Amino acid sequence: MISVKNLNKIYPDNFYALSNISLDIKQGEVFALLGPNGAGKTTLISSVCGLTKQTSGEIKVSNFDTIKDYKKTRSLIGLVPQEFPLENYESVLNTVNFSRGLFGKKPDENHVKKVLQSLKLWDKKDSPIITLSGGMKRRVLIAKALSHNPKILFLDEPTSGVDIQLRKEMWEMILNLKRSGVTVILTTHYIKEAETIADRIGILNKGELILVENKENLINKFGEKTIIIEFGKKIYKIPKQIRAFDSFITDDNLCLVIKKLKNQKDVNITNIMKVISELEIPIIDIKTEESSLEDIFLDIIN
Amino acid sequence: MNLNSIKAIYKFEMARALRTIMQSILAPVLSTSLYFVVFGAAIGSKISTIDTVSYGAFIIPGLVMLSVMTTSVNFAAFGIYLPKYNGSIFELMSAPISAYEIVIGYAGAAASKSILISILILLTSTIFVDFNIKHPLLMLLLLAITSITFSLFGFIIGIWATNFEKLQLIPLIIITPLVFLGGSFYSISMLPELWQLITKFNPIFYIINGFRWSFFGTSDIDLFTSLSFIVVFLFICLAIIGLIFKTGYRIKG
Repeated sequence: MISVKNLNKIYPDNFYALSNISLDIKQGEVFALLGPNGAGKTTLISSVCGLTKQTSGEIKVSNFDTIKDYKKTRSLIGLVPQEFPLENYESVLNTVNFSRGLFGKKPDENHVKKVLQSLKLWDKKDSPIITLSGGMKRRVLIAKALSHNPKILFLDEPTSGVDIQLRKEMWEMILNLKRSGVTVILTTHYIKEAETIADRIGILNKGELILVENKENLINKFGEKTIIIEFGKKIYKIPKQIRAFDSFITDDNLCLVIKKLKNQKDVNITNIMKVISELEIPIIDIKTEESSLEDIFLDIIN
Repeated sequence: MNLNSIKAIYKFEMARALRTIMQSILAPVLSTSLYFVVFGAAIGSKISTIDTVSYGAFIIPGLVMLSVMTTSVNFAAFGIYLPKYNGSIFELMSAPISAYEIVIGYAGAAASKSILISILILLTSTIFVDFNIKHPLLMLLLLAITSITFSLFGFIIGIWATNFEKLQLIPLIIITPLVFLGGSFYSISMLPELWQLITKFNPIFYIINGFRWSFFGTSDIDLFTSLSFIVVFLFICLAIIGLIFKTGYRIKG
């Protein structure tokens, strides 16, 4: 659906906002772009949407070039920006109708009503935007982006500053859009968000796309499983057979921590437990912990 | 041509004027009417005719032009500056619409509003002054060309401006003085020779006099020279706008 090839965005002071980015996004998937502040997430989105002029490279949307065939590509895209760039004194209905018209579509009361109802904004249709809460303004922006039936929806940090309930409602809305065939690309700082709704994850850092991976693969490939064995007596030495793994004894000498990558097949839990039982030290508890996407993200970025 | 997009911008801008009807429409009509009362009815009664035209009637084309030029520039400049100011220009820049379609929407709405105001001013002036328009179709044509040209100029100012002060700068310190010194209230023949020469360097002088010709069939300069000035200015504005969109000046990162 979206194909980015060797995309560069270089500012006059020789700052590389995007450095040789190549990326393919499939139709109907939810793609999450993660990265610290200033990583280039918004610049990448802006380049696809036509808000930023790329220095070099090629971007295609549905096989149309975003520069040569900008009218075709832009009509397929809806964009929800990070901030609240809205006309404060305009009513919700008028601003959504304006967006639909701006994207070349004839007025369609039923569609606009459906969009506003799905975002729980129909009751507020005649309210000036200035009277709405932050969460409602965010939904108005989504309604504007959906007003022209886009095939691709860009959401730039859609849930920043919204409460947990609304965040979950937005996740549900995104998954509904995915079910209806819309391709969703979102940037987020909430790793949990990407973990919950994304099919694939891309990690940007300092303008470089350092990783693109299916969410499950990413967790399997980079995730760790930690086994924590708590003893009834102090332990001072890691058994020889376990030293081969990434393991250590805690400072109070009461716990043995063994780490394994999730894809590390040669680690056999049964063998580990056999070695531990041979120590003849009473075991109080055995815990296992799995690294979250957040841990993986921080590891990769660092 | 993406007519739905142009229509959306046009309707949105017209709705903004209707929402602020007192400030956008009635205030310019009222302030120009005060000129008719002061210059036309009060002072004008003490001044003899100019080229067989009563002074009250003589100043009507100049006052209408003053209103057309300032309102066209202001409407178009604010129209494009506000989305820049509140950030909603992102939507315009990411929409499937060409640069010229955007300009048609914004400048078209600004020109329509200023033409509406001009017609209201003309209607109001009939209360204070007795006059006839000799070439009404030509008058409407000149009104349309002038309002479109100055709307384009306003669009450029709106893109150029980085704050509200800059937005007001050119209309206040350039356009208004040039209109006042461009023969709105007097004939060039009433000035000393040096001032007559200086006035001839004022482009607004030619535009006002062309418009006056459409009213009375007589003015300080001929119609062709006047039309040439306004058409040249129109093309200069179009060229600058073309350059703005080509380079993304102050609108694209």
